[in-house]
Order: sequence, then structure tokens, then C-alpha cells
Amino acid sequence: MISFTLNGKETQIDASPDMPLLWALRDELKMTGTKFGCGVAACGACTVHVDGVPTRSCQTYLGDLDGATVTTIEGVESDAAKAIQEAWVELQVPQCGYCQSGQIMSASALLAETPKPTDEDIDTAMDGNLCRCASYARIRKAIHRAAEIMEA
Amino acid sequence: MRLIDKRDLMPATRAMTTTRRGFLTLSAGAAGGLLLGAAVPVRGLAQSGAQGEVLVTPFVHVLPDNTVLVLSKHLDMGQGTASGLATLVAEELDVSMDQVTTDFAPSNPEVYANTAFGVQGTGGSTAMPNSWEQYRKAGATVRAMLVNAAASEWGVDASEIGVAEGKLSAGENSATFGELASLAASQQPPEDVALKAPEDWVYIGKSFARVDVPKKTQGSVGMFGIDRQPEDGLVAVTARPPRFGATLASVDASDAKEMDGVLDVLEIPQGVVVVAETTWKAMQARDALTLEWTEGSGETRGTDALMQEFRALLDQPGNPAEPKGDAAAKLEQADKIIEADYVFPYLAHAPMEPLDMTVLFDGSSAQFWGGSQLQTVDHGTAASVLGLEMGQVQIHTKWGGGSFGRRATGDAHLVAEAATIGKAWLDAGHDARPIKLVYTREDDIKGGYYRPLTMHRVRAGLDADGNISGWEHRIVSQSIAKGTPFEQYMVKNGVDDTTIEGIHPTPYAIPDLSVDVHHPDVGVPVLWWRSVGHTHTAYVMETMMDELAEAAGRDPVEFRLSYLGEDARLAGVLKLAVEKAGEAGPEGTYRGIAVHKSFGSYVAEVADVRLREDGTIKVEKVTCGVDCGVPINPDNVVAQVEGALGYGLSSILREQVTLTDGEVDQFNFPDYMPLRISDMPEVEVHIVPSTEGPTGIGEPGTPPIGPAVANAVYKATGERVRSLPMSQHGLA
Repeated sequence: MISFTLNGKETQIDASPDMPLLWALRDELKMTGTKFGCGVAACGACTVHVDGVPTRSCQTYLGDLDGATVTTIEGVESDAAKAIQEAWVELQVPQCGYCQSGQIMSASALLAETPKPTDEDIDTAMDGNLCRCASYARIRKAIHRAAEIMEA
Repeated sequence: MRLIDKRDLMPATRAMTTTRRGFLTLSAGAAGGLLLGAAVPVRGLAQSGAQGEVLVTPFVHVLPDNTVLVLSKHLDMGQGTASGLATLVAEELDVSMDQVTTDFAPSNPEVYANTAFGVQGTGGSTAMPNSWEQYRKAGATVRAMLVNAAASEWGVDASEIGVAEGKLSAGENSATFGELASLAASQQPPEDVALKAPEDWVYIGKSFARVDVPKKTQGSVGMFGIDRQPEDGLVAVTARPPRFGATLASVDASDAKEMDGVLDVLEIPQGVVVVAETTWKAMQARDALTLEWTEGSGETRGTDALMQEFRALLDQPGNPAEPKGDAAAKLEQADKIIEADYVFPYLAHAPMEPLDMTVLFDGSSAQFWGGSQLQTVDHGTAASVLGLEMGQVQIHTKWGGGSFGRRATGDAHLVAEAATIGKAWLDAGHDARPIKLVYTREDDIKGGYYRPLTMHRVRAGLDADGNISGWEHRIVSQSIAKGTPFEQYMVKNGVDDTTIEGIHPTPYAIPDLSVDVHHPDVGVPVLWWRSVGHTHTAYVMETMMDELAEAAGRDPVEFRLSYLGEDARLAGVLKLAVEKAGEAGPEGTYRGIAVHKSFGSYVAEVADVRLREDGTIKVEKVTCGVDCGVPINPDNVVAQVEGALGYGLSSILREQVTLTDGEVDQFNFPDYMPLRISDMPEVEVHIVPSTEGPTGIGEPGTPPIGPAVANAVYKATGERVRSLPMSQHGLA
């Protein structure tokens, strides 16, 4: 039995310690906001926060999560995340939308750490999040916009 | 794509009479005419909690809570079509956009055919063009039915009734659409309806928020097929052969079958299928299979061998497309001749949502859920595989997590495999349960259906005055349409139109042009990839035009314009993009231009490219001129052009699929490397104001970016990049 805090709730899961968090979320807990994109931590679609740090859930194992705090797109509600989601809608960022849970989790972690990120900060924080629709130009603008929303 | 006889796409049944059933169940009680209305108790429709009756027409439902549901006959895979169709309806119906919701139409080619294809399907950037009249008329018809209902209820003339934001009023009387929905259903729809004049448009041509965006910032819950997890649902993954077309010699599934949560291991023609309770368990069990494939079976050639064969074909005449003038004679007289060969690799679409399709087959009927892009082909194939009539099968279209063409296959292989699994599951003695077939990313990257490996050879002449004097063009590429239901419409005299589009015809007034092609047979499945043939033809045409302009000592823009005298719209976007780009790009950048017409739309791109100290390039800025007729939602036009050029840029920088002895070398995103945010340029899109009918916008932004960047790279390095991706030349 592995215990961790998931979106603010104490959660216990009876599963193998080598099960990736991604599949615990999707298969066991039926939380599908976190997406499967590659399975090898190369696309960022499965990004969640583990103890506040953006983390690829497909390469994070349940056995390493005992006592951890996990936040997914379903539960993210920090000021940074709210600003990011607001800016995402305002600038109509998503196209197909499949990568956007991961983009939003990475972007909200960036903004929480760096309230006024530069373009270089954005490149560094977001380069691991692929978007085949290439919504990148709007992602960049929306992160800057979210920084303004946060400041206001 | 061309108009297709739908009967060719339905191996199961040539009779279409049963396919209306899906629609008729919803409109029971109506005569079933295309735009006849019906009142249906709201409990029959899951999407509303309101009480009362719903006005049901094929494209538009009016619900008692005064919301309007627009049924999209097209897959929305991120291109904004569902919102665009909703806008066309809202415009003519006079409802506010926040009253409108959307859902996907059932599979039914009688009602929901793409009028450009003749069957239900999405592609070729046709969604808005083919729906432009149809969805506006659907909105106007429902509006007229509501007005007539109000007129009879209030005893006033229809002309006295005003309509705005989902409300009808006349004098003292007023009612919402929802209140009159039931009564309107009994109204005879008008035979014909007048559509608004462009100056009266409230939504069309104005940027508006898409219906799907808010949900897509909150986890897209319930939208994608891969996220469907019904209570009794199972997951299937398939072990497929390592080489295309190879056959199974033996399988030992004993370890896999013993694993917790594994329900069965099934052998089907496509491979060996693990059916498990969850995705993770299915994937683990597949890894535990011991598989042997028949030695030497399937495609065994590697990319090097294929390229050698393709190169040899470049030396031999191919099947000619209809020639213009006499290129050979003009080349004889030419003052200068430029000859060049080009190589374009296989490309994977790699949509972010890996392929998936859920099947529920009970022996006498079947349902499918997934991002179906050619519903009629999928529907017919499923019926054929399962031995059912069309009316016993339904396809439930889900939002597509990207596609770029990948979910539109002429052989419907994904649905065929899901259907085969559904049948094998029942045949093995199990009870019917929903089974979701899921691809891993490795299955996707290694799974074929690529943009074809393609070679071009051009011989183009210039006369003493710097004008083009003869142009011979040969292309070697697998045919995309060959062997599919599309072959008879797309392949003419041995020439697949999707191989030569963009070169033949070309909007450039080149008087003497000959194009011929070879379509070698290779066991690697190929497919249309966002903008299809234009992915390579625009690259060759637009880099060669640059090369010719330079050799002629002429300005590349002036040179192009001198051949665009008969195409004012293409000339217009070129001039617009060049003007908006200004004198020069950001400091230290080199500039390249390209202009191309595809899918009825005109796009010019000016790329400002920096050469870094390590020899790699960074595209800093792209300025675009776009003419796609009336821009229904200008902000979405901008988004599509941004995304389309990003997709094209991705492909020229680092993307390629290669094979060694028939096996795909790449496995996942670490070695099939798409564009990242740090690669993305600043993009400026300028749209030509227009009241012409809308033309495509999902694809036309893709073709010009490659040549625009390549032309800039030439200025920076003096080298013409004639084989892609650029990473193999150290440029990315």
C-alpha cells in the first residue's frame, strides 16, 4: 500500500511499486487529465507536480512516492495555475489540446518559481513539452500574459 | 481528394439503405427528410438536464433550456472545425455563441457526407469550404421554423417577428427558442432560405473564442478516445511484425497469460494481441511475449537500398503528366541550365494522442469510439470485417488529439484491427465488452503510414534574357492512393495526383513544362501528411525559383511575380508578406521567401533565419500573407497558419524515418525529434480581406516554410539544401 497526497487528498493505492504514476492515475484512479504521449519522458504530456516540481509521471514510480504531494491538472489551483489557465483561454492556446495538460503543469510551475520569466526562462522550462500542433508561439505569449495577470 | 462514389468504399454492403438508421432513431416520428424537424423528448438526449422537447434537425438541435447543439459532421483534431461550423449556424440562427454547444454527428454518409468527397470524412482542408452553404442554410432553416411557429402561436405575420440572441419577439409577445422548440418541430421547413449578406454578419469574419478551449485547459476530460474508460472496458495492445508485411512464425504467450490482469492473448492477422484490464498491464504483458517472425518475410530493404533504386529511376523516363509546351526543345535552346536532385525522407505524423479505437461487438452489432477521420471508410470496413450490415455498426467520433492525416486511412487499418480484435474476443468464448485498442508511441513511430520517401530531379533552363526556357521535372515516390478506394479518382494514367500537386499544375506561367513520375512498389505503408504532395513539391519549386532568379540576376520576388501575372491572389499574398516583413529581419538574420497555393488558399512566407556559431540555424521570425477567402474566424486562421508552418518547420529540421534491412530505426520522440518551443519563430500573419467563399486553412501554411527557410540558409551559407532533414547537414 502506497500513501501520498493527491490533489490535496490523502490517497492510498494498492499497486506495484514499479507502476508508473501515470498509469496509477489513468488506469487505477480513472483520472485521465494527465496524458500518455510517449512513455519515456520525452514529450511532457504526462507532466504533474511532485512536491511542487514539474515531473514526468510516466517515469515516476509509485514506490518513490510514499509521503509525497502530487498535483495533477484536475487539482491544480495555485494562483500561478489559475493565471496560466486564464491566459490560455484568453489567447486561445490549445489546438488539439492533447499536450496542454502537461504544458499547463510545466508553465504553472515555472510561473510559481519565476513570476516574470524571460523568453530564455520559458525555453528552458518548456523545451521538454512537445506540441505537434506547434501552439508554441501562443504558449510563449500566454506565459507572459499570465505573468501580467499574476502581477495585477 | 475528389468526389468519390461511396459505394466503392463499402465492401460490406453496396446498398446504402440501412445507413440512415443512426439518424432516424434520433428523429423518429419525422418523415426523415434532410431538414425536416422532429420533436424528441429531452430524456432521449443525454446532453441536457432540462425538461421538455427538443427540436431535432440533422445539423442543429434546439433544446428546451434554450441552448443549441450543432452536430459537426467533421472530425475536429485541433483545426477548430467544430467551432467554425457552430459559428455558421449561430450566424444564421441569431443565437449568441455562448448558447451553442457542439457534438460530433453519427456516421451516416447520406446526411453527413463531405460534399467534396461524397462520403463522410475530413481532409484536404475542405471542412469549412464544403460546409459553408450547408451549415448556414441549416441555421437559417431552423430560424425560419422557429419564426413560423411563433407566428402561428401569436397569430401574427412572420415578417413582424424579430429574432436576436435566441429570442423571438413581436409586440407584446416574446419567447425563447427553447420555449418554441417543440412547436417549431411541427413546422414545414421552407424549401429555400435566404442567407445574410456579408455586411450583416455578426460572427463570420470576427475572431471568437472556440468552444473546446476551456475544457482543453482543464484536462480535456471526456474528449479523447484514449481517455474513454467505461466500467467494464478492457485494453488491447498488439505486437506487430518488426518489418512491414512480415508474418508470425511462432508465439509463446505463457508468461503473458499468467500475468495479473491479463484476460487473453489473441492471434490475429495483424499480430498478437494482449487483452488486459488496464493499459499498463497490457503493455507489460506484451513485453513478456516471446515472438518469432518468419525469416525474410515482409519488406527487407533499408533506406539506403531504396534510395539507390529511386536514384536509378531518376535516370529513366516515367509516366508523364499532361505536358505544357515543349520543354525538351526549349532546354535545347536555353542559355543556361540548372540541374538538381532532391531527397525527402519518410515522415511520421506522430499526433500527440497515440492512435486508439474502442470496439464493442456483441455478435450482431458493433460500436466504435475514436477520432475517426474518414467515418464512411471506417464504417464500411468495420461492417465488412464483422460480417454486418452498415446499419448494425455505428462510429462515435471523438475529438482527435492531433492527426495531420494519420487518422484518415484508405484501408481503415485501425478500425479493421479493432474490429478483428472484437471478433477474436467473442470467438474465444468471452462475453462482449468494450475493448480499447491502444498504440504506444513506439507502435506509432514504427507503424508506417508515412509521408512517402520522395526524390525529385529538375532540369530548368534560362534564356539570354533571364526567362525560364524549358522545365523538366521527374519525381520518384510511392503512390499514396494506389491500392486504396481513392486510386480510381486520384491516379490518372499511372500518375498519382498527390505526388505532383503543387508542380503540376503550378500557378506559375511556365510555358514549357514536362513532369513525369515513377511510383515504385515498397512494402512501407504511406499516407497523406499535412499538405500531402505540397510538402515536397513546394520545396522544390520554391527553392528552384530562387536559384533561377539568382542565375538570371533578377530579384527573387520580381522573378516570381513576373510568372504570376494570371494569379492576382497569389501575387497579392507575396506582395503583402514582403511589404509587412519590412526591409530586413532582426539583426544578423538572413531572409528567404516562398509562396505557394494549396487547397484553394494562397500563402506567402518570409523567413528571417539566424546562423548560430555552431553552424545550426534558428528561424527567428516568419511573416505570412494569407488569402483563404472569407476568414470565418480570423484568430483561428492565424492559429492554423502558426501551427501549420511550425509543423512544416519541424519536418525540415530534424524529422526522418529511416529503415535498416526493412526495420524502422527510430522508436520514439528521443530519436524522432519534433519542433520544440525553443525552435519556434515569432510568427506574424496578415490576412487578405475577402468575401470570396472560404478555402482551406488547416494545411496551406505548411508548404512554404521549408523553401523559405532553405532560401535563407542559402544566403547564410552559400549552400543549397537539397536533402532533408537539415540536421543531416549540421544545420539543426
